[in-house]
Order: sequence, then structure tokens, then C-alpha cells
Amino acid sequence: MAKVIKIKKGVDIKLVGPAEKKVSQAQRSSIHALMPDDFIGIVPKMLVKEGAEVMAGTPIFCDKSHPEILFTSPVSGEMVEIKRGPKRVIEEIKILADQETKYESFPAWNGGSRESLIASLLQSGLWVFIQQRPYGIIANPKDQPKNIFVSGFDTAPLAADIPFILQGDKAAFQSGIDALTKLTEGKVYLGIPSGDTFYTDIKNVEKVAFSGPHPSGNVGVQIHHIQPINKGDVVWTVNALDVALIGKSLKAGQFIAERIVALAGSKVSTPQYYRTLIGASITSIAGTDAAQPDVRAISGNVLTGTQSNPESYLGFYDSTLSIIPEGNHKKFFLTEGWLAPGFSRFSISHAYPSWLLGNKRYDLDTNLNGEKRAFVVTGELERVFPFDIYPMQLLKSIMVNDIDAMEKLGIYEVLPEDFALCEVVCTSKIEIQSVVKKGLEDMRKEFSH
Amino acid sequence: MKAVENILDKIRPNFEKGGKFEKFYPVYDALETFAFVPDHTTHSGAHIRDAIDLKRTMFLVILALVPALLFGIYNTGYQHYLALGEAASFIDMVLFGLWKVLPLIIVSYGVGLGVEFIFCIIKGHAINEGFLVSGMLIPLIMPMDVPLWMVAVATAFAVLIAKEVFGGTGMNILNVALTARVFLFFAYPTKMSGNKVWVNTDGGTPVDGYTGETLLSQAIENGASFANTANVAYGSMADSFMASFLGFIPGSIGETSTLAILVGAGILLWTGVASWRIILMGILGGAAMGLIFNLIGPMYFPDNLYLTVPWWHQLVMGGFMFGIVFMATDPVTAAQTDAGKLWYGFLIGLLAIMIRVVNPAYPEGIMMAILFMNVMAPTIDHYVVETNINKRLKRLKTA
Repeated sequence: MAKVIKIKKGVDIKLVGPAEKKVSQAQRSSIHALMPDDFIGIVPKMLVKEGAEVMAGTPIFCDKSHPEILFTSPVSGEMVEIKRGPKRVIEEIKILADQETKYESFPAWNGGSRESLIASLLQSGLWVFIQQRPYGIIANPKDQPKNIFVSGFDTAPLAADIPFILQGDKAAFQSGIDALTKLTEGKVYLGIPSGDTFYTDIKNVEKVAFSGPHPSGNVGVQIHHIQPINKGDVVWTVNALDVALIGKSLKAGQFIAERIVALAGSKVSTPQYYRTLIGASITSIAGTDAAQPDVRAISGNVLTGTQSNPESYLGFYDSTLSIIPEGNHKKFFLTEGWLAPGFSRFSISHAYPSWLLGNKRYDLDTNLNGEKRAFVVTGELERVFPFDIYPMQLLKSIMVNDIDAMEKLGIYEVLPEDFALCEVVCTSKIEIQSVVKKGLEDMRKEFSH
Repeated sequence: MKAVENILDKIRPNFEKGGKFEKFYPVYDALETFAFVPDHTTHSGAHIRDAIDLKRTMFLVILALVPALLFGIYNTGYQHYLALGEAASFIDMVLFGLWKVLPLIIVSYGVGLGVEFIFCIIKGHAINEGFLVSGMLIPLIMPMDVPLWMVAVATAFAVLIAKEVFGGTGMNILNVALTARVFLFFAYPTKMSGNKVWVNTDGGTPVDGYTGETLLSQAIENGASFANTANVAYGSMADSFMASFLGFIPGSIGETSTLAILVGAGILLWTGVASWRIILMGILGGAAMGLIFNLIGPMYFPDNLYLTVPWWHQLVMGGFMFGIVFMATDPVTAAQTDAGKLWYGFLIGLLAIMIRVVNPAYPEGIMMAILFMNVMAPTIDHYVVETNINKRLKRLKTA
């Protein structure tokens, strides 16, 4: 391990209730669901009707503008309901799971041409795990990516420990990596934590070590420091856990949608890891923890996850389920609010004395801790944003919808998740991730015709 | 607390849509959010948020102003009794100071918040916290004998013209408090400069040899030897550098004590509210200009005695420190990029001393320097950001 890239900007927010390194079998989830909202920028076109019998790997819907990209069922059973929201948008596609999973098979891939690999990935629905930058959307199979990037660790608060989950799946991870090397003429980069020993025997990748606080584990940060994305570049990214899933499924010729999920947060009675399947219900993993009054279940980590509830389902890409208290009560200014001493209030500025207490874990709720304002304070976003990009200037260019400025200021290099910490620390409580998401949408619309 | 919450909840319907006082909702909202951090939760994006908000930030700035304010109150009394040659106790001085300074603070907050409330009621906006700091800064940069009605007019002018017409807190181009001061400076110069306004001598005859001038005007006349003159005027302090460092000199209420200002600067930097880049570079800029004048003054401009004032003495006189610490660091009107802040601070320091020394019409330069750099700050940022953009374009070409 020659080179370590030191990330200096950022912050590790230590929260109460990290998952204990122990894996148990989650309850069987009777219903599994696919939620088209998990996939950025696609318009679902249903391929099966309500009541149909499906197997694990049966295509359920495709993307309207890319019909070759199939979204397949993680379980076998009966498709019982297509839940629609306002304007008949499909919110959830529910499948009543069989006791024993039956698999649809596709041609297994054990080395072979790029075309046969892509065909297998598309047919099995595994393609969906491959995402592209810019925009963070599902990759276009017709593209030739410059490089492929995988981050081997996650630094977000309470996030699942990737090397821990991959322990038993190292061979699958290696075959997933081998498949990825077929997809690009460039390199497959694997970002690893500095001092790591877990990935030592993984071959056929270019390993780059990173040290420093969150977001050093974000693949976007790693790309930026390895080889930043220029206008016109297309690079692909795959989550490390999904690399193993791809490897395992390709070998078997079956879509094996297994997930090990970290259940964490201050409102979880026994935070630990659970073995389940993609799209499992929140209740099957969290039990009654998610159903307590005034708690928020989040599919994903507390910075970028999706607000969930006991009746909902685990997000397609998520391997963390966080449960934290809701902040839906008023805080009196002298005791808990803005004029309180605030020894238990988290802030990266030293505006509260809690930083004097050092390395303690915080029990944070979902209160905004203030009201929305115009940008006033400067320099605070830069402290947690390890990119050679001016975050506030980029955000302002998005707010005024200046496509040219967005491009010049580096919007191709970022996704909303890279701005998550900026959003956390913003004094003016601006919804920064939504702004970035809108900016990326505007860019895509601008260049899609 | 629960009782307060209940009362607020009870009267709330009157202010909501369809209520009797619907129009006054911003006022109710301001009071409620002052007393309670609202129960708003995150709806999109990050689910947890930093505890900091604009109220906390503004409160910390006010806290940092307290040492300068307290010393200013004391010094107002101290200068009064010194000028009259009367013996007075510490309590007498503080009481006299309070009698002079408190009305200024009340008028500044009363008028400023009044204008802001009216504006927000008309516009239906939430009332922002920005004026909490401006309202304290305005009295601190006034001579203590300025008529109250002038403060009222200047405050109203500053809030309306410098802030609200641009869209309120966070949108203004010029520092609000300095706009109030510059308005008075040009509209009523006799009340803002000269030797009659800095020390109150009502009810008595000044002692012999007393002039009421600030160190700045003495420096114009006497150059490096001003220290001797100063010593005569401010008798009790043998060393005029110490006198101006500690603040026992005439001047605007909050500006005289460099020590009190540095305590405030410590609070601002410790809590991370103000940019160390601006403060550090501002001081360096001032020192550099002072040093340059020290070097070239005697050689090329023997007539301008001001050039010979030692550079380290320039830093503790007048409003230089107060401006650098509390006004140049206003994040809304300063440069917004880190590199930009270095230039912005340095140029403020440089220009402040340059205007002070070279322009005989203004004995002090920090106000003009900051306002000028407020206007230039976006240009500085433009070039800083342009460098970043060019780097990206270059990367594209070489790739």
C-alpha cells in the first residue's frame, strides 16, 4: 500500500447506538417491495400484472426510456399490489413472498466476452447496481466508462461496516471485481481505509487508501481525489456490497438478493446486524423498535437515508437501517435552545461547549434546530467538503438555475450525498441536498435532448 | 416553560390565517421562536442537523461586544470627569456612562427593530436576527454626545436603504451599522468629528490645556511627538500607547479599548463565528501600510507629520481594531471564499491606514476602507472562483 490520500475536511458524527458486530437472521418478511423512487431518473413501465406469480429474478418493470434495463424481483411469490400515489405514480410494488425462494435462472457468467457479461447483467436485473457519474443514475449499457470506482468502506454515522459484512463473501467480492474489470477499458479502483488488511488479497483492482473523517468513504470524494470527473466523462460506481452480490449471482446464474443490514441508532433496543433480502419490510428487521412513538426510521444512514416507517420497506441499495428520536417538540431557549449552555448539543462550530467533552457519542433527534434563513455565515460548508469546489457558489448557481455556471463550478463531480455534511452544518438550515438534486436534474434535462 | 408554551399556543390562532391579528404573524413568530426553538423537523436530506442557528451565532457576537460596551460605558464617565478636572468614584463614572450610552442603545434597537418589524409585517416575511448585532454596533461606533434623533434617523436609513431594499438579512451589500455611521458622518459632520463631540463637558469648564481631541487629530498636527501632547491631555496615563491600548482616550463609545476588543475577538475566534483570516490579514495590512509610511514619510513627505506615527501605534488608535474585528468580519458583506477573505482583510487594513494618514479630510479611515471593500468583495470572490474554474478547464484540456 503505497499511497494514502489524507482527507482533512469533514467530520465524524459519533451517534449513540452503533450496530454490534453480530449477525442474526431477521424475521421472514412476508411482503417484499420494490420502490421505483429508489432509482434516480427512471420512469417505471410495468411488465407484470397484479396477481401474477413471479420468481426471484423475474422482471417486474423496466425503465421507459431504456427498456433493456430490467428491475427484477428479489423474491418469488405473488405480486399482490401496485401501490400508487398522487398522479398515479407507482410508489411500491409489493410481492407476497413464498416460504422457499424459487429462482429464475439466467446464463451464468464465469468469464467471457464483455457483451455476454452485459447481457447477463441486464437479464438478471443486476445491471441496476451499476451507477454512473455524473448524475448518480443507473449506468447506460451502451457507454464505455472511463474507470469504475468502488468504495470499500462507509464512514457515515452508524453506517454498516462493509469489511465486516463481506467477511464470508470474499470470493464473491473477488468475482464481482473480476466482472467489473471486463466492463471498462480503464481501471477498477477500490477505495480502502488506510491501515486496512481485509482487502489485501483482493486482486485485479487499483487500490487507493484514504484516511480522515467522513466523507472520506464516499465514492464521490474518492473519485475526486483519484481522477476528478471532467465534462464529458462517464465513470461508473458500484457499492462494495453490491459487488459481492453481483459476483455471487453471476456465478450461480440466479439473482441472489441477500442483504446483511446494520440496525442502529439510539432508539434501537439491540443494535446489531441482520441477514435479510432486498425489499424486506422495516418491521421484519427492526421489530417493534420502529413502531415506538416519536421515532424516525430511516432506510439508509442518518445523513442521506430515506424517511421510512414501520409499514414501509428497506430501500433497494440500503444496508443500514437507522432509528433515531423525532425532534418534534419545542425547545425552550434557556434550557435546551439557542441560549442554553448546550453541553449535549452537537455542533461542529464551537458555538456550544459540547466540543470540550471530547469524543462522546451524541443522541441526536431530527429537529432542524433553528429556522430557515438566507445564507449568512460563510466558510462553514468548506470545512466539511473535501472537494476542490466552492460549495456555496455552486449551490447559488443551482438556485438561480445557471446551467453554464453549474458546469464551470464542478457539478459533474458531486452528488447530493457529497453535500450531506454541508446540509448538517448549515447555520441557515438550507436544504442543500435537495438543491443539489434539483441542479443535477436540471443538467440532465438540459442535455437529454 | 410549559406555561409559557401554553400561553403562546393559546394566542396563536389570533395570528394565524383568518385570525384577528393575521397581519402581525411575523411579530408573533419572532417572539415564539425567540422563546422556543420550533418543533420543525427535517423533511428531506440529512435527518440530523447541527445545533447552531442564526440566533446562537448573533448571540455570540453580542457576547463578544460586551467587553467593549462595558469599557465604553466606563470610559464615557472617565473622560467626562477627567476633562472637568473633577474627582469622581468608579461608580460615578459608570453611572454617567450609563446615562449617556443606554439611551443610544435603546434608540438604536427601538428604531431598528421597529423598522424591521414594520417591513416584515408588510412583506409577510419572518423577522431575521441580523439587526440584533447591528443594533448593538450602531451605538458603539457613535460619539457619545450624538443627538438621539440623529441616531434614530441614521438607524432607520441604514435598515431601510442598506438592508431591507436588498432583501433583508443575508442580502445586503454594505455593512448596516457602518451605513448608519457614514450617513451621519456626511449628513451631520459637525456632530461626528472635530474636538467637541467625543467627551461630554456639560455642567462645567474644562481644565486648562484640555482640547477634547482624539489621538488621531493630535497625530495629524504633531506627528510622532503627538504622544507627548497626548500625555498632557490624558494626564493620568504616562504612556499614550498604553492609554490607547487600554482605552483611556476619547473616541467613539466602543472603539477606544483595544484590549476589550481583543477579548471580543478571542470569543469570536474561539467559537469560530468570525474569520481569523480577515482579522489576521486586516492587522497585517494595517501594520504593513503603517510601516511603509514610517519608512518613506521622513524622506519624501516631511510636511505630513502623520506619516511618522509608529506603525504599531496606528493599530491601537481610532476605530481600526473595532472595525477589523467586528465590522470587517460581517460574513454577509465580506468576501465569501477563504482566499478572498485573505485579500479582503489585508486590503481593509491597508486602505484604512492609508485613508487615515493621506487624506486630511478624514482623521479616520477604517469606515471608508470597510465600506469600499464591501463593494469590492464580490469582485475579489469572482477572481478567486475564476481561478478554480480555470483549473477545471485546464484539467479538461490536458485530459
